Amino acid sequence: MTRLSNDMVAHLRDLTEAPDLGGTRYAIVREIARGGMGVIYEADDRELQRRVALKVLALEVSSPQAQARILEEARTIARLDHPGIVPVHDAGALPDGRAWYAMKLVQGVTLREYASRDHSMADLLRIFLRVCETAAFAHAHGFIHRDIKPDNVMIGSFGEVFVMDWGVARPAGMTGGAEIAGTHGYMSPEQERGEDVDASADVYALGVMLEAMTARPARPLRAIIAMARNPERSQRYKDAGALAADLVRFLDGERVGAYREGMIGALTRLISKHRALVGLVAAYLVMRAIILLWGRV
Amino acid sequence: MSPLFPTTRRSVVLALASDDREERTRAFDTLVSLYWRPLYKYGRIASTHSPADCEDTTQSFFARLLENDALSGYDPAKGGFRTFLRVLYDRHSANEVKAAGRLKRGGGQRQLEFADAEAEIAAEAPQTSTPEEYFHREWVRSVFALAVDRLREETERAGKQTQFAIFEDYDLDHAGKLSYRDLAARFAIAETSVTNHLAAMRKQFREIVLDILREATASEQEFRSEARALLGVEP
Ligand SMILES: Nc1ncnc2c1ncn2[C@@H]1O[C@H](COP(=O)(O)OP(=O)(O)OP(=O)(O)O)[C@@H](O)[C@H]1O
Repeated sequence: MTRLSNDMVAHLRDLTEAPDLGGTRYAIVREIARGGMGVIYEADDRELQRRVALKVLALEVSSPQAQARILEEARTIARLDHPGIVPVHDAGALPDGRAWYAMKLVQGVTLREYASRDHSMADLLRIFLRVCETAAFAHAHGFIHRDIKPDNVMIGSFGEVFVMDWGVARPAGMTGGAEIAGTHGYMSPEQERGEDVDASADVYALGVMLEAMTARPARPLRAIIAMARNPERSQRYKDAGALAADLVRFLDGERVGAYREGMIGALTRLISKHRALVGLVAAYLVMRAIILLWGRV
Repeated sequence: MSPLFPTTRRSVVLALASDDREERTRAFDTLVSLYWRPLYKYGRIASTHSPADCEDTTQSFFARLLENDALSGYDPAKGGFRTFLRVLYDRHSANEVKAAGRLKRGGGQRQLEFADAEAEIAAEAPQTSTPEEYFHREWVRSVFALAVDRLREETERAGKQTQFAIFEDYDLDHAGKLSYRDLAARFAIAETSVTNHLAAMRKQFREIVLDILREATASEQEFRSEARALLGVEP
C-alpha cells in the first residue's frame, strides 16, 4: 500500500474538497466558513478583478435535493434586490455536478461576534432596525426567511448590515415539506411544531434577537419585545414591517402600539421628547412667578 | 449531469455478512486496508505492549472479525463505526493479554508491513497527540492511501498509465509544486492535455474517496460526519 507523507495527505485533502473551478472566471483564495449546506470561499473574479464570495455545495451533502436547494437559494437572493441582502453575481455547476453561486463578498463580522464587543444600545438598535427593514422587504415580496439569528446577520466594515443565509427561505404559503429549517431557541412555537409558517415566524425570531441585544430595556421596548415573541402568532406584529414601524416610534419618542402607557408614563415620554420646549415653558413660568412675587413685595 | 455518487460498493458492515463470498472477501480487504495501521499504531501508543504483542493483537483481531460476526453487534444509532472498531480493538487487546497462552497468528492471507509501521511510529512523534488523535490521523492517511491504490489499479485496467503518472508526479511526489508546463515537457504532451488529464484524474480520485467513505460507514448521517472529519481543515 502506498505510504503518504503528511504533506501529501494535506494536498490530497485539499484537492478532494476544493471545487474545480477550471473553465470559470473564478479562482479560490481561501475558505471562509463551512456551513450546514455549503462551504463559503473567498474567490478572485479574474474577469472583473475583484474579490467575491462563492458558496459551493458541500461534497458530503451533494444529493439532487441539496443541489436544487442551493440553486433555489441563489434565485431567492437574486430576486430580493435590497441593500440589506448581498447581490448574487453568477451561478453554475462544477464539473463534478456540485452547484455553486457567486455573491458580493462581505468584509465584516457576524452580529454574534459584533454584539459580543462593547457597543452602545443606540448602535445595536440601529442595526436591529436594518435587519427588520430587510426582513420587511422580503415579507413584502412574499418571502419568509425562517432562520433569522445573530449568526445570519453580517456587519460590514462601514456599518452595512446584511441578512445572510436565505437557504431555507420560502415564498409565504408554500409548504416547507418534511425538511428541517430554523434554529432552536429562535424558532416560533408553530415552526417548532413543523406547522406552516407565515411572516410572523420571522417576527418571533426578531423578537428573540432584540431581547438578546438589549440589556434592561425600557418599558415600551419591553412591550415591543413581548409582542414580537408572543407564543400566540395572532398576537404578534403581522410582519417585520409592523415591528419596524413600532420600533421607529419608540426611537422617535412617540407612543408605541405594543405598550399601553399610564398618564405618568405618557407625561414622562412627552417631557423627554419635547425636552427643549418643556424647558422653555418652565423657564417662562418661573419668570412669571418671580415677577408676580416681585410685584407683591 | 452524471450521478454524483456512483455507488458501486456498499457498506463493509453489510458486505461482511453477505452470502456472496467474493463480496465478503473484498469487504474484508477494504476493512484491513483502512484500519490495520491506525489500530496497530493506536495500540502501540495507547498501551505498554511490545511491538510483537501489538502485532499479534492486530493479526488476531482481524482474524476474529472474519471468523465470527463480531461486527453484527454494531448499532449505527449508538455511534460511528470507526469508534466502534477502536473500542472493539481495545476489548480484544485486553482479552488477548489474559489469554496470551493461546495466541494464534494469521490475519487472513495478507502480509501486513508491521516493521514499516514501527519505523513510522518512531518518525512520527505520536507523543504530541493522544492515542485517539493519532488513530484519527492514521485513518485519514489510510483512506487517501487506499484511494491512491485504487486509482492506480483502475487506471491500469483502463490503460491510462500516463494519466496516472501525471497525477502521481503533480499531486503526490511534488504535491502541487510542479507547473503544468514542467509536466508537459516531462511527458512530451501539450499543456492543455496536462490540464485535462489532471482534471480527469482528480475527479476520479474524488469519487473513489467518497466511495471508500460510503463503504466505511453505515448510514447517510455517518457518511456526512466522516466526510467532514476527513476533509475538515482541522480533524
Ligand atoms: N457573502 C459572504 N461574504 C462573506 N462571508 C460570508 C458570505 N456568505 C456567508 N459568509 C460566511 O459564511 C458563513 C456560513 O454561510 P451560510 O450561513 O450562508 O452557510 P450555510 O451552509 O447556509 O450555513 P448554516 O445553514 O449552517 O447557517 C456565514 O456565517 C458567514 O460568516
